[in-house]
Order: sequence, then C-alpha cells, then structure tokens
Amino acid sequence: MIISLNHYLVLAALLFSIGVAGVLTRRNAIIIFASIELMMNAVNLAFVAFARHWGDVGGQIFVFFIIAVAAAEVAVGLAIIVVLFRHRETVNIDKVNLLKW
Amino acid sequence: MDLSRFNLITIATPLVLGAGVLLVMLVDLLSGRANRRPAQLAALAVVLAAAAVCLATWNTGGVSFFGQVSGDGFASFFNLIFLAVAFLVILAGPAYLERNAIHFGEYYSLVLVSVMGMAFMAAGTNLLVIFLGLETMSLALYVLAGFNPARQSSNEASLKYLLLGSFATGFLVFGIALVYGQIGSTDLARFSAYLAGAGDPFAGYMGAGVALLLIGLTFKMAVVPFHFWSPDVYDGAPTVVSAFMSAAPKAAAFAAALRIFYAPAESLGLPWERILWILAALTMTVGNLSALNQASIKRMLAYSSVAHAGYLLLGILAGNELGAAGILFYLASYVFMNVGAFTVAWMVNRRGEGRYDLGDFAQLGFRRPLLAAMMSVFMLGLIGIPPLAGFFGKLYVFTAAVQAGYVWLVVIAVLNSAVSVFYYLRVMVIMYMRENEALKDVDRIPATFAAVAACALMVILLGLIPGSVLDVARAAVASMP
Repeated sequence: MIISLNHYLVLAALLFSIGVAGVLTRRNAIIIFASIELMMNAVNLAFVAFARHWGDVGGQIFVFFIIAVAAAEVAVGLAIIVVLFRHRETVNIDKVNLLKW
Repeated sequence: MDLSRFNLITIATPLVLGAGVLLVMLVDLLSGRANRRPAQLAALAVVLAAAAVCLATWNTGGVSFFGQVSGDGFASFFNLIFLAVAFLVILAGPAYLERNAIHFGEYYSLVLVSVMGMAFMAAGTNLLVIFLGLETMSLALYVLAGFNPARQSSNEASLKYLLLGSFATGFLVFGIALVYGQIGSTDLARFSAYLAGAGDPFAGYMGAGVALLLIGLTFKMAVVPFHFWSPDVYDGAPTVVSAFMSAAPKAAAFAAALRIFYAPAESLGLPWERILWILAALTMTVGNLSALNQASIKRMLAYSSVAHAGYLLLGILAGNELGAAGILFYLASYVFMNVGAFTVAWMVNRRGEGRYDLGDFAQLGFRRPLLAAMMSVFMLGLIGIPPLAGFFGKLYVFTAAVQAGYVWLVVIAVLNSAVSVFYYLRVMVIMYMRENEALKDVDRIPATFAAVAACALMVILLGLIPGSVLDVARAAVASMP
C-alpha cells in the first residue's frame, strides 16, 4: 500500500482530536498539559506531510519553531503547576475554583 | 550573501526591546535584591529608547527578511501603542508591587519581553512570525499573571490562562498548517493572493484552516464564545498586570488579525461575514450584560473589555480603510482608558488584594477630587461620550461598518453602548453620591498618580485632535504591503 498525504493527514487529525478530547475531559492539570502537547505534535505531523507534498522546506522549518515553543510552554507550564501543587497539594483542576463568574 | 535582504531597520524597535531585556536583567542582578529602583529606571529608559527608534524609523522599513516582516507605518503605529502601555505600567507598577511584597526585577523584563513579542505580531507578514510573536507575548503573560506566588488566586489565574491559552495556540497552529497545506506557503501575501484568485474561500483545507486561525486569534482578543478565561484571569492576576493584559495584548491580537484578514477581506466571502457578524453581536451583548451586575471593579472592567472587543470586530468586518484606521484609533484611545481605570482601581483598594469592591470608590469625589475626576474621564471615555477619545473611536468604527452595509449590527452596537452607560456611570455615582463607609484614605503615590494623569490627558487629547490622529492611522493602514 502506498502511504499518501491523506493517510498522514487523517492520522494528524486523529491525534489532534485525541488531544482536544483529553483537554476537555481530563481533570489532572498535567494530563491536560500533555494533551495540549499531543495537539502540537499532531500539527507537526501535518506540517511535515504538507512540506513533503509541496516539496518545500518552509513547513519543516515551522515544525522546528513549534517544537521550540512547545518546550518553552512546558517550562513555564510545569513551573505554574508546581506552584499550584505547593498551594493545594493537588493538581486536580476541579479543585481550582477560587475565581468564578 | 546579500545583506540588503536583512534590513535591520524593519525590526529596529523589537531589537532594541530584546537588547533592553538583557540590560534590565543585568542591571537588576548587579543592583542586588534590596533595591529594584535601578531595574525600573533601566526599563523606563529602554522603553523610551525603543519609542525614539520607533519614531525615527517610522514607515521606513519596507518588507525584509524574505518577506517575513514589514517595518511599515502600521507596525510603527502599534509599536507606539504597546510602548505607551509598557511605559505606564512600569511607571505605575512599583507602588503596587511594594504593597504586595512582590517587587521582583523580573516584572520589568517580562513586560519588555511581552512587548517585544507584540511588536513582532504587528510587524509579521508571515504566519510564522505572527505565531512566534504571539507565543513570546503569551509566555511572558502567563508568568506575569502568576506574579504573586503567595496568593492562590494569582496562581489560579496563571494556570487558567496557560491551559486555555496553549489550547487555543494548538488550534491556531493547526489552522496555519491547513492554510499551508492549501497554498504551500505561510506568507500572507500569498494567502491573500490565493483568496483573491480562488473564488471559493472554502476550497480544500482553506475553510477549516481559516476557521481554526480565527479561533486562535479570537481567543486572544477575548471574543465570545472564547472569552471565559478573561474575567477570571484579569480578576486573579496582580492588578498592574491586569492593566497591562487588558490593553496591550488585545491591541496586538487585533494588529495580527488586521495583518492577516485586512487585505483579503473582500474575497473571504459571505459565510465568513455572517460568522463574524454573529461573533461581534454576541461579544458586545454578552460582555455588556455580564458587566452589569459585577460587584468587583476588576471583573466589571474585564467584561467591559470583552464588550469593546465586540465593537472592534465591527472594524474588521467592515473591511474598508476607515474600519482598519478606526480600529487603530480605537485601540490607541482604549489602552489609555483601560490602563488608567485599572490603576485607579488598585490605588483606591483598601480591603486587600482579594476584594475589589465597587464600594472602595465611595466618596472618592470628595476624598481625592482629582483622582475621581480622572476616573470619570476613563468611565465617560469607555462609554463613548464626546468629546473624549472613546467617542471618536466608536464613531469611526461604526461609520465604517455602516459604509460597508452592516446597519443592523451598528444598531445593536449603539444599543449595547447605551446598556454600558449603566455600569460605567454606576462607578461615578458611587464616587460622588454614596455615603462614606469610613474607608482609610488613598495613598498619595506621585509616580502612579503621574501615570494615571498621563492616561487621562491622552484620552482628552486624542479627543481634541481626532482628525489628525486618524490621518496618521489611515497612512499607517495604507502603508501595509
């Protein structure tokens, strides 16, 4: 079987949807964060597939930047989650409810 | 190597800011933990230097770095807005930070990093640069929102902002990936050329790509239904940071939206117009109605800023030159009103960080007449009472929308403005008519007072010379490639 662009895109869309579902349904801040990383990596896959399709390195370069940004996000995010844990001894976001409209 | 392709003039302002961040961190390190004054002064100097560079290179850059950035008047205009906000919050900040025992030098460098990201958002002519600018801005803001680690609500605000913000970023980059898949480039000139030539703005991956891009951007603007984070984050974050966050990032998000959607506005097609129409109507209505019964001034201002995002969407929807220039003028006046109002809010707060009650303003008109008068200027400006700047911002944006044929949407917007009179005027009623609740007097802080006075002066000044500022804004919009 020849693996075409569409196969990659379907996989990317699936991974992205799993990430979105994870963010919406899970309650552990770290799992939510990992789900967001999954979304980012789905995007990376789509970018690389499109770059191959167009024969253009622009998409691959974009992937490098997304990886760098995701790493920076993790650094900031985990620090915030650590502070959260020090305050409440939990990372369950249902317990994070001081601010309400 | 052809160096003319790397015209540093195009990114002169963010370059100065980037160097300034390093300088401020170094100064803070050398001056020791006890004294944050040198870091503040260095940050003020950096902002002034960046503003001078911005004025000196106004609209001289042109497109450079292989079409990645454009140092046109549009970027310069927005840079000046961002720098003004940064200057005000750096000038006003120390008193607040001292009061809460969180006076760390990182405050200044984080504000500058964030402004550097915004400058790249306004200058980017490639989705890659806009994405990187947005992330630079956001990462600094996540940290700033949690700048008071001892307070749980500050931590909670930064966690909510971080999780929802990076969630939205995921949608934004997926949208960029789909747009790239359709046209084989992330260049905005190619994007608008494609839309102009394609006929069907939903062909292939384009429809989904633009939809996801819109989700990512409208999240940063706090447009309904992606606004839920903003009242919580503005409420929980330290108030100097809320002042900064409600003003500059919103301007930056609109700058990016104009960069992406202004040129191809004509060719986006009816379905997108309808969606934007609904988003604009929902945003101003939900924002205003939610602001009506807020007891906390911070939450009230947060919902009011949601409503203002709705008014600003009219300018994007209009898609004409007046609409875009109107947005520039609107944002230039809006940032001063919001920074001023948030700053007065923490100046008069006497109940501690946890409670920002409207009752704090009781009798302010008699206790501190000048401060109350300036707060009234901000409130009247946010309503849009002539001859203040807020009136002309609304006038230009609404006129542009009428010219583009969105009469009913403008009717909704005007009705919404009428609703907003209630909660803005309530602050003034409390300041001048409510009985004194035996509150302690408001501290006299010269630097903060000067920042508030500067905001009030700008709101009045922009209302006195709206025509000439609008001409500058028009030239800025016309200079976009």
